[in-house]
Parts: sequence; C-alpha cells; structure tokens
Amino acid sequence: MSATTRELTCINCPLGCLLTVTLANGEVTAVTGNTCKRGDTYARKEIANPTRIVTTSVPVDGSATERMLSVKTERDIPKGEIFNVMTVLRKTRATAPVEVGDVIVPNVCNTGVDVVATRRA
Amino acid sequence: MREHHDVVIVGGGPAGLAAAVATKDAGVEDVVVLERDAKLGGILNQCIHNGFGLHTFNEELTGPEYALRYVDQVAERGITCLLNTMVVDISGDRVVTAVNPDRGVFTMDAGAVVLAMGCRERPRGALNIPGFRPAGIYTAGTAQRLVNIEGQMPGRNVVILGSGDIGLIMARRMTLEGAKVHCVAELMPYSGGLKRNIVQCLDDFGIPLLLSHTVTCIEGKRRVEAVWVSEVDERMQPIPGTEIRYPCDTLLLSVGLLPENELSRGAGVTLSPITRGPIVDDSLQTNVQGVFACGNVLHVHDLVDYVSQEAATAGACAAQFVREGCAPAGRTVAVEASGGVRYTVPSCVDPNRMAAKQVVRFRVGDVYRDRYVSVYVDDVRVSHRKKRVMAPGEMEEVVLKRSDLEARPQASRVLVTLEEV
Repeated sequence: MSATTRELTCINCPLGCLLTVTLANGEVTAVTGNTCKRGDTYARKEIANPTRIVTTSVPVDGSATERMLSVKTERDIPKGEIFNVMTVLRKTRATAPVEVGDVIVPNVCNTGVDVVATRRA
Repeated sequence: MREHHDVVIVGGGPAGLAAAVATKDAGVEDVVVLERDAKLGGILNQCIHNGFGLHTFNEELTGPEYALRYVDQVAERGITCLLNTMVVDISGDRVVTAVNPDRGVFTMDAGAVVLAMGCRERPRGALNIPGFRPAGIYTAGTAQRLVNIEGQMPGRNVVILGSGDIGLIMARRMTLEGAKVHCVAELMPYSGGLKRNIVQCLDDFGIPLLLSHTVTCIEGKRRVEAVWVSEVDERMQPIPGTEIRYPCDTLLLSVGLLPENELSRGAGVTLSPITRGPIVDDSLQTNVQGVFACGNVLHVHDLVDYVSQEAATAGACAAQFVREGCAPAGRTVAVEASGGVRYTVPSCVDPNRMAAKQVVRFRVGDVYRDRYVSVYVDDVRVSHRKKRVMAPGEMEEVVLKRSDLEARPQASRVLVTLEEV
C-alpha cells in the first residue's frame, strides 16, 4: 500500500483550514487539520467529486431599475461543468418582473440544478 | 425649528442597515438612514458571488440576497430611508447636512449619529506606477460594477495587481465571462485575500498568483498594450532581469481599501493611523459624544457577517445613548496591540458597561504559524489560545471577559499580543 498525502484548503467557511488528506490506493484514509466536521466532509468530497456554485449575471429586459440580473446555480454543480453552464448563461436573457429565487434556466446542462435569480428586477 | 431625528445613520449598506434594525429593535422609533445611491444595500449589490451569511443566516447567500434580508427587515420596521441623499457635513454637535434632488440642501439635528459610510478602493494614483494614463486601468471594484451591474466587459486580456479579495473575485469573474487573466501579481510575500478565494478563484482556473511581484511598467498611450511584472526583493525593490512582459488590454488594481472618513474628520472624530477609521470604545462610540461607527468605515472587514454584528452593536449603543444620555464617565481601560497585532477594535473598554464577553477584533501584520493569541490585564495573562495560522488578510478576534477586569479594579491596560509556542 502506498500512502500519499494531499494538501487542501477548506472552503466551507472563511477560516480556510489547512487540511492534510492521506490517501492509500486512491482512497481517503485520514483527514487532519480540520476544526469542524465540515472540513472532513469537504476533503473527502473534494477528492472524489469537487463541486462549485456558479454565479453570474444575465441581461434583463423590461426592468425599470436593473439592466443585469444576478443569478446562481441553486446548488453546487460538478466543477467540470462550470464552463458548460457559463456557455448557456452567456446566451441567456431574463424578462422582468423577477423575484429572488425565480428559475431562470431549469436543469442547466442536465445537472439537475436550476439557475435562479438572486435579485429582484 | 430644525428637523430632528433620534438616530441618523449615514450610509445604507450592510453596516447602516443592520445598525438601523438594531436601533429600532432597541426601542428608538425615530431612525433615518441616509443613502447616496438610488438603492439600499451598498457594495453588496455588485458582489453577486456566493459566500455571504454563513455566520448570520447559516446559509451561503450571494451579496444581493444578503442585502435583501436586511432591506426587508428595514422595510418591515417602517424605517425611513432617504435615497439619492448625500451627507455633506456632520458637525461636532451632531447637525447633519445633506443634499438630494427633492429637497436640495437640508439639515437635521441628530440625537445620535451612526457612521456607516464604508470604504473606497486605493486608486492608481496611490501606487506610483510610471507611464502614461491609457484607458484600460480600473480598480477591481469598478470592473466588478461594470460587469455585474452595467453588463459591460472592461477588457479581454487582463493582468491583476494586488491579491485583495475583490481582485481574486474579479479574476474568476473575468475568466467566466471569457477573458484571459494572465496572472495576479502581489507585492507582499503573502496574499491579502481570504484563502477560500485563492482556492476558488485562482487555483480552480489555473491562474498564477505571483507573490513578491509588482507592476513596473504599463505600455500604451491610448489603451493598455502590455504590462511588465517584476519580482521584488525583501525591501520590495524590483529585481532587474526578472521582468515578464504580458501583452494585455486591461490592468485591474486590488491594492487595498481605505475607510471613507472625510465626514468623520469634519465632525472632529479622531482617526487611527493604522485602520484609518475612528478610534472607538466598547460601545463603538468615537471621541465625539453620540457619534458611533461600524462596518468598513471603522476598519476594513473581510466578512459582511461581522459587519452586521458590529453594526448591530453600534445601533443598540446609539439607541441607549439617545434614551439615557451620556453615561457618567466610568473607568476606562485601554486595549493595546503589540507583538505582531497591528490594532484592536475597540481600543478602550469601560468594565462597567462592556459586554460580559467583549469581542475584540484585530489584524496581524505578517503571516504567523503556530502562535498563541494572548490577552493580558496589566501583567496577568487571562487568555491564551493557539492558532495554526494567522495572516494580515484575515481578521481575528479574541474574547475579553468582563469578569477578568472586574476582578482587577486597579488595572489600567489590556494587552493583546502574539506569543511563540
């Protein structure tokens, strides 16, 4: 068994704990350096399936106050899908009125995640 | 007779809104928020990324969503907010002069004033980079506004100077919008931003962070054509022969934030040469009676959650000041910083008034690993807590117990310092 280690910075909260992940044959055997349970969970997930929330803004038509509508993926999506999602969102326009949480693009790139508004317009 | 309000809050960003809510909740009905922009929320409106509110709401919000929580709380309480209203003067006896398109110039007497004006970015002029003044040089926050609010891309080929959080956020933002971000150059040997932003905004996209590097030349007369980046030595002087030329059309600057204290100065508020914000006691009151400060105008924060907490304290204390008037002068104990701690907020406490567990916030001046944060009351160490790593870019805090001061009635000084393991 060959044990290797990987250094990660936990991103769950702004503390940014320095995590040391020990891997044996690709399996996580230990996580150290975390100050809470979320650090352990993050390290295991970041090794197996890293995910991110994507935020951007899209033009909005018919709003008296806003030219751009800020949006986000409602949950995190696989890191590898970030640019595919952006390709879709760069072609997206929204129409006012919009409330926070309104779905702008359902099931973006078949991730099972909706893109929702984060601003009123 | 001049218009009077019990509490006047200058600024309708995260600090001003949280202060307004806390003031009202403390029983003061007559609260007015003065905001120079056309909408409430301040800089959060252009911070469309996620990561706000983990401490306050226990969920991860974007800037506009976080702002809306407080805008709604302010609306629910029926708090008056004057938009498009620029405060032009605050006098030492709390006469606030403002101007807006509806009323022109007008004045109001304030029972108490809460300063919540926020901060602004250091511009190119503060940096002494030689060369012409071509188009294509923006502060990171200006670029953020252009992209997120106006829907305009400031450029396609980008170099970023300074690794403050807004610069890191904009490295990712520009990349997502299809620009090429060549590098982030940072003069210091460490980043000024939060670690999570280095991971999520640079590492994720393979954008190099060049520590101990700076911009030594900007090419181009009408538009930026290239930027030269050089390594610097330990005296921060460029090392000849290390320069790299990046052909690009845009240079973004993320080189620090300065609390916006022109109004405070006019009111006679004493400012700290380190934070450039007011010097305050445990009630966040400045040296000018009835004038309180919170948020980035007091000291620049990394996390809006702490701004909201701090502002709530300022609001509650302003309300108490209005209700009870000036408290009789109690015992004042200075809170001093040393041994790598650059400053503390507050910088003095009254043991009879302070919270049972007073939060003292501070920043360190360098990157420190495995140090104790120690608190002394006179020569007695009352707290001793180990930290794995501390960096100038991350605000720290320590709790000062009222009981530790009550037990030592002769004590005149609290010291916050770092000690080796």
